[in-house]
Amino acid sequence: MIVKRGLRSVLYALRTDARYASTRFTFVPEVAPDEYGPTTKLNLFQSINSAMDVALSTDKTAIIFGEDVAFGGVFRATINLQEKYGKDRVFNTPLCEQGIAGFGIGVAAAGSTAIAEIQFADYIFPAFDQLVNEAAKYRYRSGDQFDSGSLTVRSPYGAVGHGALYHSQSPEAYFAHTAGLKVVIPRGPIQAKGLLLSCIRDKNPCVFFEPKILYRSAVENVPSGDYTVPLGKADILRKGTDVTVVGYGTQIHVLKEVADMAQEKLGVSCEVIDLQTILPWDAQAVCESVVKTGRLLVSHEAPLTNGFASEIASYVQKECFLNLEAPIERVCGWDTPFPHSMEAFYLPDKWRCLDAVKRLSKY
Amino acid sequence: MRTSLRLIPSFYRGIQNVTNTCAVERCMRDAPVARLTHSRLFAHKVQEKEIPLEDKKLDDLIQKAEASPPPAIEPIDIDKPRFPGSRSEWTEKLEFLMPEAYPGIPVYRVMDRKGLIRDAAQEPKLDEPTLVKMYQKMTLLNYMDRILYESQRQGRISFYMTHFGEEGILIGSAAGLDDKDLAYVQYREAGVLMWRGFTLDQFMNQCYGNEEDLGKGKQMPVHYGSKELAFVTVSSPLATQMPQAVGSAYAYKRAQNGQIVICYFGDGAASEGDAHAAFNFSATLDCPIIFFCRNNGYAISTPTSQQFRGDGIASRGPGYGIPTIRVDGNDTLAIYNVTKAARDISLQQNRPVLIEAMTYRIGHHSTSDDSSAYRSVDEVKHWDKEDNPIARFRRYITQKGYWNDEKETQWKDQAKKQVMQAFQRAEHKKKPSPEELFNDVYDELPWHLQKQRKEMMDFVRSNPEHYPLKEHAKMGAA
Repeated sequence: MIVKRGLRSVLYALRTDARYASTRFTFVPEVAPDEYGPTTKLNLFQSINSAMDVALSTDKTAIIFGEDVAFGGVFRATINLQEKYGKDRVFNTPLCEQGIAGFGIGVAAAGSTAIAEIQFADYIFPAFDQLVNEAAKYRYRSGDQFDSGSLTVRSPYGAVGHGALYHSQSPEAYFAHTAGLKVVIPRGPIQAKGLLLSCIRDKNPCVFFEPKILYRSAVENVPSGDYTVPLGKADILRKGTDVTVVGYGTQIHVLKEVADMAQEKLGVSCEVIDLQTILPWDAQAVCESVVKTGRLLVSHEAPLTNGFASEIASYVQKECFLNLEAPIERVCGWDTPFPHSMEAFYLPDKWRCLDAVKRLSKY
Repeated sequence: MRTSLRLIPSFYRGIQNVTNTCAVERCMRDAPVARLTHSRLFAHKVQEKEIPLEDKKLDDLIQKAEASPPPAIEPIDIDKPRFPGSRSEWTEKLEFLMPEAYPGIPVYRVMDRKGLIRDAAQEPKLDEPTLVKMYQKMTLLNYMDRILYESQRQGRISFYMTHFGEEGILIGSAAGLDDKDLAYVQYREAGVLMWRGFTLDQFMNQCYGNEEDLGKGKQMPVHYGSKELAFVTVSSPLATQMPQAVGSAYAYKRAQNGQIVICYFGDGAASEGDAHAAFNFSATLDCPIIFFCRNNGYAISTPTSQQFRGDGIASRGPGYGIPTIRVDGNDTLAIYNVTKAARDISLQQNRPVLIEAMTYRIGHHSTSDDSSAYRSVDEVKHWDKEDNPIARFRRYITQKGYWNDEKETQWKDQAKKQVMQAFQRAEHKKKPSPEELFNDVYDELPWHLQKQRKEMMDFVRSNPEHYPLKEHAKMGAA
């Protein structure tokens, strides 16, 4: 099993994601705000690498560890960091996720900064107990005597075109049900670096999911210096008046395209919101938008039942009842494991989302 | 793939030098074996699907595959196994390693059951005040256990776990450490805290969950913690503290603060996956940590015969590459010696040490357990009367002339009084204000918790008759 997984990991780094990505969504690079300073052209794994470079250079206690991170990681996110910062700061662990998470909590409890990698979000479940029962509750149960706030767990996440059951999962809702954790998912290189640096420096344990299909396919001019993007804040990417469209991660690029198509084909104006932080999420931004538009579509790759869209939908229904003009739509993965050959039919693609926008506007 | 990383060094070096190119593209280029296999797969497909030969891409693949030279055969000069995964010699004997063929790891002791030193060279040179302090802390823990156990029986606290029979392990090991060494524990280790100066009031406040509890009334009784005394707060999930302790030890090593980490756990907890994770991580990452196993024969009702088939926990240590020792847990001097020596190894060599202390859980597992349902009263009596760490230690210090019956009577009265007074003080303190339940989930209260806190407080204010408000400190404004 170990060999198989190792093989798969490496094979996944091989495949050109763009080939698959192009059929699903188009990544349109964004422009970083001027105040973040000069930029370099980086893809997502390089911007993650840059964030960790900044984190290690500004915090002498910070260490990076996980499976195969020493040689640069199976997705190249930790490349050159061991050479630059030494073997005691960037190192491989034995192949054991519960150990990685537990070890990271201990590093954090002793006051150092721990940046742990779980090779695929699909393999975070052996660490579930450590993250949910331990990391999340450390501060609470000790009366703030001890905490694991300087722990960040980063993990490749989401559909990749051919990842099947165990290289495609989106487990954010499991963690969003856990008081004490912060759960963060970026949509592109600029956001990724700023959000990851915020996670690393936040005084609470953070789970940071990196949409792996964007590792190579998403390229932007990323600020080279040290900057952060605030946690708990949604980003309104496109102003609109008719339908509020909420998502995060890769799905944002699908939704941006849906907004274009809705305008073009239906004459419907969509307001696109990237949640960025799943827990605690920016309900204010979403509700303000729904009060204006009266209609809401939430979309994520994860399965529908008890996915995070359920939380958003029920909250908005309570807070914006008098403003809602149509039932809230959730366009999500089906309630099945993530399939291999049938991925195209599983994903909440732009056509399914557009259909939901149509339903919302015609209701 | 993992294996081939090690088998083919040039291939591995290739990966290390990669900057922007994909690792596996590089692997494929540098590793003829891998490429060949891959191409054969394609070739097979060609045959199966009968794709016309004019498909140039496939043609190229086949040609490339055929052009790849087979792996070179190197001359073998030394006939020694060269597998990267072990350091073995060859053998031509088909022989399984039978665990039964080896005697159990011996149990180290300093004094016998009568408190007599067996080998004078092994007697730790502890002075009178230290020995008396050790005895007093062991007995104070014992008195506190008796009172709190009874108070649970009367419904005054919700839950309790005693340390009967394991007092020597706790005080002996705590005395062998530096007080600033970070302690991670399971739950039956209050003696370590007691040794370091946690007050009776602090113990009682935690068990009552009153507003002076350092843990702010959040956890069940006996889940103690003290930042000041380097004692990480107890949590109920078993063995989770083990890999955490390793992480802290790693951070301590980097900080070069002269301290180590000690991690206590029971023989049952050692079956958890986290125990395996911790042992292995500590060894491969060279961490200054002592793993201290309390093997008391039972995990609730499960005897060790249903917990493991190997030679206890100690026999696992060498498998992980961890220096290991087994010790008589009812011999406080032996516990002191091994802990002190383990600390030296750990600190000086930056490596883990495993101590397995053999003992017997004299008390019930907890106040929710009646152990007579699964073990005989006679068995328990034997350990309580014939091989009790407190009795043995008392014989030792009496023989040294440091203790006598008169001192015993005096101390007993004093200790009981102290425990009773702290108990009554804790019982009369208010529980925390209800809104405390929202604090410390995060470093700051996020919007949704602010909203829920207000909702709770508004509701309780409008419906006070349904809530035990009198027992709690007053709610603030919100």
